[in-house]
Amino acid sequence: MGWGLAAPALLWTAAFFVLPFAAMVALSFARMEGREVVQGFDPGNYVRIFTDWTMLKALLNSLEITVVVTVVSVVLAYPLAAIIAFRVPAQWQRLALLLAVLPFWTSYVVRSYAWLLVLGQNGVVNKALLGLGLIAEPLEIAATRTATVIGFVHFFVMLLTLTIYANLIQLSPNYARAAADLGAGRWQTFRHVILPLTLPGVVTGAFLTFVLCIGDYITPQILGGNAELTLPQLIMLQMGRSGNFPLASALSVVLMAVVTLAYFASSRWLRLDRV
Amino acid sequence: MAQTATLPLTALALLAAASPSFAQELNALVWCDHTDPALIEPFEEKFGVTVNLKEYEGTAAGLQILEQSQPGEWDVLVIDAVDVKRAVEGGFLAELPADDLPTRDFFPEVVMAENNMVDGKTYAVTEKFGYNTISFDKTKVDPADMQDMAALTSGKYDGRIGIYDYYLPVLGLVALGQGINTADITAENLGTLKEPLMALRAASKQVSDVVSAQTALATGEVDIVVGGGEWLTAVLAADNPNLDWTIPKQGGLRWAQSIGVVAGSTQPDLALEFVKYIVSPEGQARLATSSCYWGMPANARAGDALSLEQREMLRWNEQPEFLKRAQLYPIPDAALDTAMQDMWTEMLNQ
Repeated sequence: MGWGLAAPALLWTAAFFVLPFAAMVALSFARMEGREVVQGFDPGNYVRIFTDWTMLKALLNSLEITVVVTVVSVVLAYPLAAIIAFRVPAQWQRLALLLAVLPFWTSYVVRSYAWLLVLGQNGVVNKALLGLGLIAEPLEIAATRTATVIGFVHFFVMLLTLTIYANLIQLSPNYARAAADLGAGRWQTFRHVILPLTLPGVVTGAFLTFVLCIGDYITPQILGGNAELTLPQLIMLQMGRSGNFPLASALSVVLMAVVTLAYFASSRWLRLDRV
Repeated sequence: MAQTATLPLTALALLAAASPSFAQELNALVWCDHTDPALIEPFEEKFGVTVNLKEYEGTAAGLQILEQSQPGEWDVLVIDAVDVKRAVEGGFLAELPADDLPTRDFFPEVVMAENNMVDGKTYAVTEKFGYNTISFDKTKVDPADMQDMAALTSGKYDGRIGIYDYYLPVLGLVALGQGINTADITAENLGTLKEPLMALRAASKQVSDVVSAQTALATGEVDIVVGGGEWLTAVLAADNPNLDWTIPKQGGLRWAQSIGVVAGSTQPDLALEFVKYIVSPEGQARLATSSCYWGMPANARAGDALSLEQREMLRWNEQPEFLKRAQLYPIPDAALDTAMQDMWTEMLNQ
């Protein structure tokens, strides 16, 4: 009975994940001869990824950007979620959450281009800073890694706020009261009681941020101005331009391996049921 | 009474369903300029069909879509003119009846029989062309400087340059700057382009796709776009008449896109009608001024269907001179193509 109920989902996963993934892995060991794909077992694509500095740098760029985005997003989202959970009256919390995730309602691509305008030399940020006399020359933000990080953080703070809020709201106020009874100050209560109890929500949100960020192609493409390549951009170049599907497959497998490593690193705290 | 009314109505409905002109659909794999309703709707109305359009970027991606599709799924293909042979070799294009196409009305340079024909047979026809050269804001840079590619890496415009993210035209421009014709780029001399390409990258602020390059130029993020041309600035000209483009003394590149009927199309006659509409003066004028990007119509008779302002924006009267100074895209073989893309990727990640 149980297997029968699970069968559609299992078949779906097998047809649209397991089989395509197996095909992708097999293709990653193929090679190109001219414009033709030659099937076989050639680890050349993987050797190239880890010996060609351009490829390796794209992987490192992706990791650096993703780690920075994840950390900054957590640091910004946690207090926001805490304010909504503990400071905003219960009847206003839904509205506060709605406002916090409002930018989700706009298209991802449109939002990225909007950021390009905001961060440009004649954009809102530079005009405000120039108007306030804080800078003499416009800052170079658009088409840099900083712009990519800002675009990502804007998106992922919303996601993290939701996951952390879901965790915080489940905490009984008795934990904080008990800590206070035992003489703990606010910081000690947060450090030794609240934070450990909300860690699953934080790690879950951080893991999702990591996965979505490291695989994103749009934001670095639009906001980064190709100032540097990330791994998804490199994959797109191999697919759209070169037609080198074996190399694109190998790069995708590496990307999936990185995500798998991130999963194992965070699995101790990961609670996907809290999402 | 009700029954007598129902019968003729049913008969009419059956007739309508049987008629091929009803609910017929044409599937076209195109570039974004074909998605402008102003271009497509007149054809749909005339033939009573729906044209389903799918955009793609990059020949490799387009051919991959065709390869993975069922025979007969696609009817029309728009493709980079220099890649027509590649599509023919892959068996993706059907032969066209050359006599039915108005190529005698085309600008002679863009008939491009050497690209659109294989073994004496016509497989595609040029529909639009333009230039990959230098676009700029004439209030922010000295237009005289833009006549010489050397000005780009002179230091005067460092950090104010955007590069169009397409390796073929930009490498072609770099080659012209080094005195190498685009047709003469080989695996042996490609290495000589690396240093000037990297120097151009070092002087530039960003490498962007079409929309980002337009945004950067329109917002003043950059003042020059290398690889740009009328296709980049024309749609912005109404809002910003300071944007201009030119072909420097070293020359520029001529891009061209072709259109053909996909081999195995189940409705080749309708597909051919679509091709004929696109290369007709009316279709050409609409395609040239598409909301996605502008370009020169291949059919010179389209000039009559364009307004004076549109012709000025396209620099209609300067075409004979421009056509003389522009060279075609490099047409690399697979090995050279890979080497060029590797160099481009290295440039992006330098």
